Amino acid sequence: MNLHEYQARDILRRHGIPVPPGEVATTPAEARAIADRLGGNVVVKAQVHAGGRGKAGGVKLADGADAAQAAAAAILGMTIKGLTVHKVLIAPAAAIASESYVGIIVDRASQRPVLMVSPAGGIDIEEVAAKTPEKIHRLAIDPRYGLLPHQALTLGFALYGDVKQARAAADIMQRLYTAVYAVGASLAEINPLVTTREGSVQALDAKIAIDDNELERRPDIAALRDPTAEAREEVLAREAGLTFIKLDGTVGCCVNGAGLAMATMDLVKYYGAEPANFLDIGGSSNPQKVVSALRIITSDPRVKVILFNIFGGITRTDDVANGIVQATREFSLKVPMVLRLTGTNQDVAVDILTKAGFPALTDMDEAVKQAVALAKGKAA
Amino acid sequence: MSVFIDQSTRLVIQGITGRDGSFHAKQMMAYGTKVVAGVTPGKGGQRFEDSVPVFNTVADAVRETRANTAVIYVPAAVAASAIFEAADAGLQLIICITEGIPVLDMTRVLPFVHERGARLIGPNCPGLISPGKSKVGIIPGNICQPGKIGVVSRSGTLTYEIIHQLSTHGMGQSTCVGIGGDPLIGTNFIHCLAAFEADPETGAIVMIGEIGGTDEQQAAEFVQRNVSKPVVGFIAGQTAPPGRRMGHAGAIISGSSGTAAEKMMAFEKAGIAVMKRPADVVPLLQQRL
Repeated sequence: MNLHEYQARDILRRHGIPVPPGEVATTPAEARAIADRLGGNVVVKAQVHAGGRGKAGGVKLADGADAAQAAAAAILGMTIKGLTVHKVLIAPAAAIASESYVGIIVDRASQRPVLMVSPAGGIDIEEVAAKTPEKIHRLAIDPRYGLLPHQALTLGFALYGDVKQARAAADIMQRLYTAVYAVGASLAEINPLVTTREGSVQALDAKIAIDDNELERRPDIAALRDPTAEAREEVLAREAGLTFIKLDGTVGCCVNGAGLAMATMDLVKYYGAEPANFLDIGGSSNPQKVVSALRIITSDPRVKVILFNIFGGITRTDDVANGIVQATREFSLKVPMVLRLTGTNQDVAVDILTKAGFPALTDMDEAVKQAVALAKGKAA
Repeated sequence: MSVFIDQSTRLVIQGITGRDGSFHAKQMMAYGTKVVAGVTPGKGGQRFEDSVPVFNTVADAVRETRANTAVIYVPAAVAASAIFEAADAGLQLIICITEGIPVLDMTRVLPFVHERGARLIGPNCPGLISPGKSKVGIIPGNICQPGKIGVVSRSGTLTYEIIHQLSTHGMGQSTCVGIGGDPLIGTNFIHCLAAFEADPETGAIVMIGEIGGTDEQQAAEFVQRNVSKPVVGFIAGQTAPPGRRMGHAGAIISGSSGTAAEKMMAFEKAGIAVMKRPADVVPLLQQRL
């Protein structure tokens, strides 16, 4: 789960990291009032889960309350990478002397949290890694001991020659490391970490992603979820206990298991069509989950055919068959279905479906070929 | 022979009285796995299905039954703790089926397990099966056949699909290992490839990877240098968009890294035959055996 910049800034502030003031507005009038309170020049920033906000026009400077109101009016409601902006952050436009990068990710190769710092801040760290990898300093942290003071200070000196600033940066790194474990972050970035003209070190912008597996035990963090910042179908799917990702094709896919779901999408493409979605109905699928899945898939008008690919292990194929029949009684699917069910209780499932008038296949390739043919026939 | 588990496997099931644990305990017992103990705190002294003794702690179970392998079915909130407990009890092979363990918990679990010299398989995995000998986890026994193909995979049902293809064409398996779909796992492709290379009963290897991370690329290099047996590989997620978690916590393309294309290229470079679709597994193996 991604957090908004303003939420990430709050978390950093709570962990004692210096963050400039700033408040969130949902209307131009609120933006005006905040800018008035802050005084001077402000920056108005779209709060949306997409990179490249600046390039998309989602970040504007404003010299006073009137300009802040106008900037907020322009940004609120705009679409950045398919997501509508509902909130803006208003913060003082800081006079910046230097920009650095500090980030912590959980690294798969070393199986540890890795601290990355770079004096080249303010731009995408992937870009720095690609163009000037020598400017990135990395340290794999042993979680048994945490980030040790001398390790943090060494990296502080990699950013700043001044000992006061190096110590301030080291302190921020240690607090960021504490924050990662405290909130269950899979990624926490300060970009840029700035020095002001007065010489203080501050976190100007922050990005935090929470490991979804942490949310159950951290209700306070789970409450930060902003459903308006996500695609509607994906919110519905999550509430139904499904994993769903919207794509651009015409073949609606309903599969059990993430790996098989990806392989099914790939096979759709192999036979010449595009998948409309990724959808994993999970391990122990009850019929109701299948009904929810079909509702979500058929809400996309581009879907020309629905393809089921179920390999029953824990999942009972008769549960899925019952769900399919139940769904067709509750609402009209409007598009044809191709059903492939193999594995646990396969004979029962095929019987249920045949009686309801739906032929079922047992071969994955054959099913995908048929679905692609139907998708193309309808499209033509 | 086979890898990791065989007739000498003496299994303790953590969470044996739970919904998933009890269901799969019966499945494993029916398959012939030696289930010697179960653990559910507070239910020590009971018997599961009138036969398997249940203990309060893994240490008790190991002391009383000489269990040498643990499988974990407990809920995600207590699964990391269950792995710590199994490793602390001296078990050298621990299989964690549970999905949803926070990755930061795993940063603490893995060094603890490694320090005790134990092998962890998973978490978030279907476990493993040496057909005809032993099954630990949730892979359906009826789709497997004894034979000489070693299968290693990051997936669950996709693995079943591949095993199903193999078995229906008369290609049995030595061992099938599901290593799990999480970003931090105890046993990776390389560990399994090395075990299959050393196993005289394994004649060829099928490797099923997916988008995210660089494990497959490192495994490809390992194959090039250290594996003499034929290897056939598949990568799921060619159509996955970047930046989105495709169900498995580990299946995500970060920036431009971890794509299916780069993994398939690494396979080809290492002389691994790349399957374009699951149904290719049989013909590609037939060409190489």
